[in-house]
Amino acid sequence: MAAIDVQRVRDIAEQPPGLAARKFKDRAFIFWGIVATIIGLGTLVALVSDLYMDGGHRLTPAFFFGFPSANPAEAGILSSWVGSLLVILTTALVAIPVGMLAGVYLEEYAPKNPMTSAIEIAVNNLAGVPSILFGLMAVGIFVQFLGNPARYFSFLPEGFRNASADLFGQSILTAGITLALLILPVVIVATREAVRGVPQEIRHAALAVGATKWQTTQHHVMPYALPGVVTGVIIGISRALGETAPLIMIGGLTFVAFLPITLPGDSRFETIGVLDQYGAAVDPTATESVRITHDGVVVLPDFTEMPVQAGQTYDLPHGTTVQTVADWGDAVASWSPGHWLGSEFTVMPIQMFNWTSRPQAEFLEIAAAAGLVLLVITLLMNGAAIWLRYRLRKSIKW
Amino acid sequence: MRSGVGVERDFTTRKVRWGERIMEGLLFAAAAAAVAVVLGIVFVVVSESAKFFAQVSMIEFLTSTTWTPLFDNPQYGIAPLLTGTFMSTLVALAVAVPLGLLVAIYLSEFATARTRETIKPTLELLAAVPTVVYGYFALLFVTPLLQNIIPGLPSFNLLSAGLVMGLMIIPYIASLSEDAMRAVPRAMREGSFAMGATRLETAFRVVVPAAVSGVVGAVILGMSRAIGETMIVVVAGGQLPQVVTNPTQQGATVTAFIAQVALGDLPFGTLEYNSIFAAGLALLLLTLLFNLVAFYLQRRFREAY
Repeated sequence: MAAIDVQRVRDIAEQPPGLAARKFKDRAFIFWGIVATIIGLGTLVALVSDLYMDGGHRLTPAFFFGFPSANPAEAGILSSWVGSLLVILTTALVAIPVGMLAGVYLEEYAPKNPMTSAIEIAVNNLAGVPSILFGLMAVGIFVQFLGNPARYFSFLPEGFRNASADLFGQSILTAGITLALLILPVVIVATREAVRGVPQEIRHAALAVGATKWQTTQHHVMPYALPGVVTGVIIGISRALGETAPLIMIGGLTFVAFLPITLPGDSRFETIGVLDQYGAAVDPTATESVRITHDGVVVLPDFTEMPVQAGQTYDLPHGTTVQTVADWGDAVASWSPGHWLGSEFTVMPIQMFNWTSRPQAEFLEIAAAAGLVLLVITLLMNGAAIWLRYRLRKSIKW
Repeated sequence: MRSGVGVERDFTTRKVRWGERIMEGLLFAAAAAAVAVVLGIVFVVVSESAKFFAQVSMIEFLTSTTWTPLFDNPQYGIAPLLTGTFMSTLVALAVAVPLGLLVAIYLSEFATARTRETIKPTLELLAAVPTVVYGYFALLFVTPLLQNIIPGLPSFNLLSAGLVMGLMIIPYIASLSEDAMRAVPRAMREGSFAMGATRLETAFRVVVPAAVSGVVGAVILGMSRAIGETMIVVVAGGQLPQVVTNPTQQGATVTAFIAQVALGDLPFGTLEYNSIFAAGLALLLLTLLFNLVAFYLQRRFREAY
């Protein structure tokens, strides 16, 4: 039996062979971890500074309040940010209630049955469906089916068909609903987590004093869950704001030189009478008396111009185009959802995409400027959501 | 009026509260909307693809290596689009998996809590950047940069699109893997440290193996993001459907083709237009496949503590 070399064992225990190398690897890994993190964070910095250097100088008031134009020096993003605003408003009005109610249902109400598991599977899978497939669905259902009532459901009453044709198709409503469905999983998951975080005792206390289930949910669970829900909603909305592909599918326009809503003082061109789908009068012999508000010309159906004077009333044939100037009444009427929901649209990401795909350098500059605006808005929204989540974690200790 | 005290009340029957019933119905309807959306997507894609496959044989779709639906002599082989998708996804994963895992291990095993709380949400901003902005970045920042390194690189190529896509999915991989690693119980790490292992050895031999199901799930989530990503490849990839064998080539992905047709003015219902639904079906099946694989792997390698 060999004698144990006590000194050697002690040496190994105190100074294991290769320890220095192992410790070095440990340190070296920190270096690589930091490098990887810097690459990630550096991308953000590079994105912002690249866009700023390319397009920062184009961020003038004229850019924000100008329509797109074939001349890049004059082009602006007015129609696209107004379009984005209206689309996002529609999205929020659909996604917030539906997502919140669905989240509450799954957390508070859902019985354990196959339907509930089907809903859970659907929510989980929706989150992973590529956004362009939502676009394909929207083309099939909202643009083609609901947008062409005469073709697909001619048996329904005419009023209903007209409303469907007006609102759906390649419209703001279609875009808003599509994006709402896209962000639905985000809102649902955030709501579920927030609702789950509310302690059971609060529900028990409310139920014990006789509140019904919905009263408990409405008055005692939701107020505590709300900040968490808001976080999810902000993240969802910012995603919808930057989403391009599904809206391209729906047919978001790339060149829009009008607004879906009007402001007082805007001039508008209106064709009088009942028109067919090509814009010609159904009954060319019919006339209508029109009171002209401004000096100028009207364009008759045979494309000749006729000078007119303000304050006079003229008998004009159907199909004549008359310029009118919107007053406050017209403007307010145009803000009603029934008016703009059915309007064609463009949004900021589509506008940026269109400018990016042009070869001229000037268009790339305004693409960068539009991208910078988009990027700053989405980053600010996400920053707000992160801050909110952080505050939440700090302030509520159950 | 008598007060309620002492009045006999019937506690055996319950009053039907219609308000409660209506709310419950509303809540259910909202939740069921999610199912309706899934069914809607599947219905539209499958029914419109059926019209396509009534005119084009499934065999041609799967075996032909030419995708030219918009030509006079149209050919409908999905292979070029699939190679484009796989190539860009592969490049993206080659960027995002190493970087994402490095970040995840660093944040979970090495960084202080304060660093982690700052870096994680900041990195998540990468996933919030609109993809069209990434497209611009790929085309006008990354491609010129790469052209300095790789001479002769065309201005549209899948390499830069894939690289930028990889940067985009870093947070998915890093954040979810980090969550999985942090969920590994502290006792396992302490056991490893007690045996004399360094933090790095513990990370690779104890923590990552224990968290592997979460890590795989994270990678697959990132992958399905890359497969479904549209705007980056539309802007920077070149939209030319050819069989891609090298990432420096230009190419079209399944998603890029769908967007390209939608940007044109083909009327709905034509065979050319319906080809996007067939491409959409391929995309749907592909993402479904990866979701199933992720689900299976997570079950298979799940370690419960």
